[in-house]
Amino acid sequence: MATLTVTRPPFGGFSFENSKRNAVLEGNASKMGFNLPPARKTGTTICGVVFKDGVVLGADTRATEGMVVADKNCSKIHYISPNIYCCGAGTAADTEMTTQIISSNLELHSLSTGRLPRVATANRMLKQMLFRYQGYIGAALVLGGVDCNGPHLYSIYPHGSTDKLPYVTMGSGSLAAMAVFEDRYKPDMEEEEAKQLGKVDYIRPHDEANKKGVRAHELEAVHPTGDYKYKRGTTSVLSKVVTTLDLELVEESVQTMDTS
Amino acid sequence: MPNLGQQISSKNDMIPDWTSQEVSTGVSTGAAGPWRTEAYIANRVTDKLTPIHDRIFCCRSGSAADTQAIADVVTYQLGFHSIELDEPPLVETAANLFRASCYRYREELTAGILVAGWDRRKGGQVYCVPIGGMLVRQPVSVGGSGSTYIYGFMDSNYKPGLTKEQCLELTAAALSLAMERDGSSGGVVRLATISEDGVERRVILGNQLPKFSTH
Repeated sequence: MATLTVTRPPFGGFSFENSKRNAVLEGNASKMGFNLPPARKTGTTICGVVFKDGVVLGADTRATEGMVVADKNCSKIHYISPNIYCCGAGTAADTEMTTQIISSNLELHSLSTGRLPRVATANRMLKQMLFRYQGYIGAALVLGGVDCNGPHLYSIYPHGSTDKLPYVTMGSGSLAAMAVFEDRYKPDMEEEEAKQLGKVDYIRPHDEANKKGVRAHELEAVHPTGDYKYKRGTTSVLSKVVTTLDLELVEESVQTMDTS
Repeated sequence: MPNLGQQISSKNDMIPDWTSQEVSTGVSTGAAGPWRTEAYIANRVTDKLTPIHDRIFCCRSGSAADTQAIADVVTYQLGFHSIELDEPPLVETAANLFRASCYRYREELTAGILVAGWDRRKGGQVYCVPIGGMLVRQPVSVGGSGSTYIYGFMDSNYKPGLTKEQCLELTAAALSLAMERDGSSGGVVRLATISEDGVERRVILGNQLPKFSTH
C-alpha cells in the first residue's frame, strides 16, 4: 500500500530532526579527540506556581545583549507591593520601568483605599497600560501575590492580554519550563514542593556552558545562588614585570561627605 | 521572542437563540516571530465566555488583548448604564456598546464577538458583532477560526423550538467537530446557559466530548 508523504513546513515546539545526525557527529568528533561546542542558551525563563498558601515565582538571572551576556546575576523578580511581586521577560528596560510605574501607582492607590493592594488591581493596571501602548512596550510579565482573597497568579503579555492560571511560564525558555510544569504540577502543593518545581534547575540541562544563578522568590526571602569567580590561571600569564614607584607621603587629609 | 501577540482566533462559538446558549473552546494560541509563525498554546483552558452583566455574556474571538480590553470597557459602561436606569440592561444595549467600540476603532482592532443574554423585553437573544463592527441579531451564530467547519452542520441541524438539553447537545457536538478539524481550536468546551432564572455554567473536558469519527 503506497503511503503519501507530504512535506510540511516546520511548526513550533521541539524539533528532534537532527538528534540522530548529532549523535553520529558527536561520535565521530570524539573519535578524532575533540568535543563539540556546548549548546548556547539565550533569553529569559520566568515562571510562577500557585501552591497551597501562596505563590512561588522563579526566574533565571542572565541578561543578554545580542550574543553577549550583559549581566550574569540580574534580578528579574520585581517588587510591586509588599504582598505582590512580578517577574519580567522581554525588553529589560520595559519590564523594569513598567513594574516600577505600577508599583508606585499601586502604593498611592493603597494609601487611598487604606487596604493592602490586591493582585487583580495590579493586573488591571498593567494590562491597561500595556494595551494602551499596543505591544510597543515589550514586557511579558508573570505577576504573583497573596491578598485577602488568597494566592493569585497572572501572566501578562506585551499586547495587554492576561491569563489567570495555577502555573505560568514566560520568556524564551517558557516551552521547556511549561513542559516541566505540565508533567509535575499538582494542585495544593506544599511550599517546598512548589519551590522545587519552580526552580529553574530543570532548565539547566539545556544550558551546560555556564552555571547560572537561580532565584526562587516566595514573597518572604530571596535566595541568590551561583558564583562566577574564575580560578587563578584561567587566563595564562605569559610574563610579569613589576616596577616599584618611589613615592613619599606628603599630606594626608580626610574630608567627610555630607550625607544628611 | 515568543508570544509577542496572543491570539484567541482559534475559538469558535455558536449560540442558538432559544435560551441563548453560548459555548466556547478554551485555547489560546500565541503567534510570534517576524520570520516564521510559531504556534504555541499559551493557555489551554482559556475562558472565552466573559460575563458582561448578570444575564449577559460575550464570546470572544480574535486578538486576546483587544477582546479583553473591549470587554472590560463594555462591562464598565453597561454597569454604569444599568445603575443609571436602576434596572437590568437590555442585551441589545450591550451589543450596541460592543458595536460602538468595534466600529469606531475598526482599523486598530481584531475582535469578533458574540453577545448573548436574557432580558425581560425580548427574552433570550444573540447578537453578532464580527470584525469590522457590524451588528446583527440572529437565532444562531457561530464565530472564530473553527466556525467555517460547522456552518453546514448548524444550518442542517438547528431548528427553532429546540429544548434546552437539545441545544446544549447540538452546541457541544458542533464544537467538538470544529475542534477536531481546526488546528487553532481545542482544549475544553465551556457552556453557559442564560435564562430568566440565571446563568448555569458547565465545562466539558476533552475526554468527555462527543465522539465522531470519519477516520
